Amino acid sequence: MDDFIDGLSEVACDVLVIGGGTAGPMAALKAKQKNPALNVVLLEKANVKRSGAISMGMDGLNNAVVPGYATPEQYTKEITIANDGIVDQAPVFKYASRCYDIIQELDRFGIRFQRNANGDYDLKKVHHLGTYVLPMPNGETVKKALYRQLKRERILISNRFMATRLLTAKDGRIAGAVAVNTRTSEFLVLRAKAVILCMGAAGRLGLPHSGYLFGTYENPTNSGDGYAMAYHAGAALANLECYQINPLIKDYNGPACAYVAGPFGAYTANSEGKRFIESDYWSGQMMQEFYNELQSGKGPVFLKLNHLHPDTVGEIADILHRVERPSRGRFHTARGTDYRETMIEMHISEIGFCSGHSASGVFVDEYARTTVPGLYAAGDMASVPHNYMLGAFTNGAVAGEHAAEAAQETDLPDYDPDVVRFERTRVLAPTRREDGIPPNQLEYKVRRLVNDYLQPPKVTSRMRIGQQRLAEARQDLETALVARNPHELMRSLEVSSILDCADMAAHASLYRTESRWGLYHNRIDHPEKDDENWCCHALLRKVDGRMISEKRAIQPYIVPIETEERTAYERLRVSNQA
Amino acid sequence: MPLALSPTAIPVIVDEAKCIADKGCTVCVDVCPLDVLRISDLTGKAYMKFDECWYCMPCETDCPTGAVTVNIPYLLR
Ligand SMILES: Cc1cc2nc3c(=O)[nH]c(=O)nc-3n(C[C@H](O)[C@H](O)[C@H](O)COP(=O)(O)OP(=O)(O)OC[C@H]3O[C@@H](n4cnc5c(N)ncnc54)[C@H](O)[C@@H]3O)c2cc1C
Ligand code: SF4
Ligand code: SF4
Repeated sequence: MDDFIDGLSEVACDVLVIGGGTAGPMAALKAKQKNPALNVVLLEKANVKRSGAISMGMDGLNNAVVPGYATPEQYTKEITIANDGIVDQAPVFKYASRCYDIIQELDRFGIRFQRNANGDYDLKKVHHLGTYVLPMPNGETVKKALYRQLKRERILISNRFMATRLLTAKDGRIAGAVAVNTRTSEFLVLRAKAVILCMGAAGRLGLPHSGYLFGTYENPTNSGDGYAMAYHAGAALANLECYQINPLIKDYNGPACAYVAGPFGAYTANSEGKRFIESDYWSGQMMQEFYNELQSGKGPVFLKLNHLHPDTVGEIADILHRVERPSRGRFHTARGTDYRETMIEMHISEIGFCSGHSASGVFVDEYARTTVPGLYAAGDMASVPHNYMLGAFTNGAVAGEHAAEAAQETDLPDYDPDVVRFERTRVLAPTRREDGIPPNQLEYKVRRLVNDYLQPPKVTSRMRIGQQRLAEARQDLETALVARNPHELMRSLEVSSILDCADMAAHASLYRTESRWGLYHNRIDHPEKDDENWCCHALLRKVDGRMISEKRAIQPYIVPIETEERTAYERLRVSNQA
Repeated sequence: MPLALSPTAIPVIVDEAKCIADKGCTVCVDVCPLDVLRISDLTGKAYMKFDECWYCMPCETDCPTGAVTVNIPYLLR
């Protein structure tokens, strides 16, 4: 382990799924179930047993559309409003209609969901308008349950392989991917008839205040490789300027977490212990109010539990310290923070791209198809907004089924061997240098530039300077980056994705000359929302080697939104405080 | 540019008396998402090789002998 091995092998499959976190395992399962004769490969940078955002499980579904509580129409409406109208409703509606089946399927896998005395699912209200949060009492078992299913269906799993680039055929169809072993740097060319990207958020874009490169909110193996690969393959990416920014525990990179504690009576408060937002559901508008309060004389912001019965606090702590980000309990203990006594100080996270929480992702339709034929995307990196874990599962399923059908009708496309040769040279360049800049330093620099120049509130001239500084960093990446072992090479490749994402963030943010989505795209020098010119998607693509952005009309709504409903998320501030 | 090493206090500790890597166990190395753990050639025990931790805890949770402790990294303590 950790020594370079010179090698290149090639495998062919029908459906290649890249990323074995949440969406990926479900995509692989569904592709195989759709047609058991297909050869389905699941490729993962880490180890599927414990990879992705759900590595330690989750405490609940944030967006379950369950009959009796909400209809697909209501959910589609809420998500459209929460996203300031910039939504193609078909994929959201498809998710909302399908997710109840997936909940029942997960239930059959052995994952339990909270039920009331009548035995019905017991949902909680956290969103501004509807009721969608479903707790998972044995949430820590999610990954195990999924893994059992993968084994049962005999999915071929390749762990510790990092995908670096996609391969396309002459006619533009997807042909496969190139991957590198993270412990030996051996190359693997995977030819495929259909490829599903499930590589999660771009979670290592901004730099956390702690200074730890890996102290991100998102699982840090999600370094934006999926975004970068889709970009280089020519796929369109949607609304990247709609960043992900989350309210977190100050210094600790986990959510505070109002979704769990809220239904028990906890809430987000200012230093006076007063509520200042109507809804703790994460939206750009909510983040703007959160930011305003942080900056005000009533800051900082806290999660308030100390008014609850001690037993209730104990129940909440039991959930929060067992799943998702279980080291949170240790963090608070070390600081001497007792939830029963003191409020929990909160802050805002670094920026990232993520559709799971926001709306920045590879552009997909209701079948999870990207704009490249044969290429699919699901989960946090696909453009279906506010999709969360159940969205990753559901749209992973949709992608798997559709890709299986597509693979059945296609012959294995040819790829250009020169592209693989070129990619090997690009990937291995940092290993050919004796000395230079190590990946951790280049990464630190790029991400500090992201914080200094691209983080909202966004300012045009500042972002332009940021672009220049990022171009200098790219020069360093291409001429001076050094990797002394396969592990450092993986980190070097991640820096390359991070830099691509930083460039995309700047480009996308400069393109949309208005403010929208609250804090996510708050442009100080274009402060107003401009529906006349910008009530549309902004799609970013690589054309002839250059980054371009263009407008794309929103599909006509299938669930109409009344004029007075449109602004519901703009009225989040508690009114007696305004 | 030549490279130098700078020291860093690491968050993940392995109790060598409990670790059974010398009997073939590699569980923590296998599950760590960031791939920062290794078995030492010198001691035959698991250790944290790279300070790139998400303090996510699969290593501690899955270790069959309870040898691993994940501490909160110093800078955010
Ligand atoms: C701390 C936290 C708390 C959350 N809480 C909740 C909650 O309570 N409820 C809820 O519904 N949602 C929650 N979410 C959101 C939810 O977990 C995600 O939306 C969902 O899990 C995303 O799934 P995914 O498949 O897109 O990404 P992931 O599950 O992160 O999987 C991506 C996978 O791709 C792999 N990968 C990345 N790059 C490469 C590459 N180059 N080659 C190969 N593999 C690669 C990664 O290693 C990873 O395993 C939370 C998220 C986080 C981070
Ligand atoms: S899992 Fe535990 S016993 Fe096994 S190698 Fe790691 S520390 Fe040692
Ligand atoms: S806490 Fe997570 S990242 Fe850190 S060593 Fe353990 S498994 Fe790896």
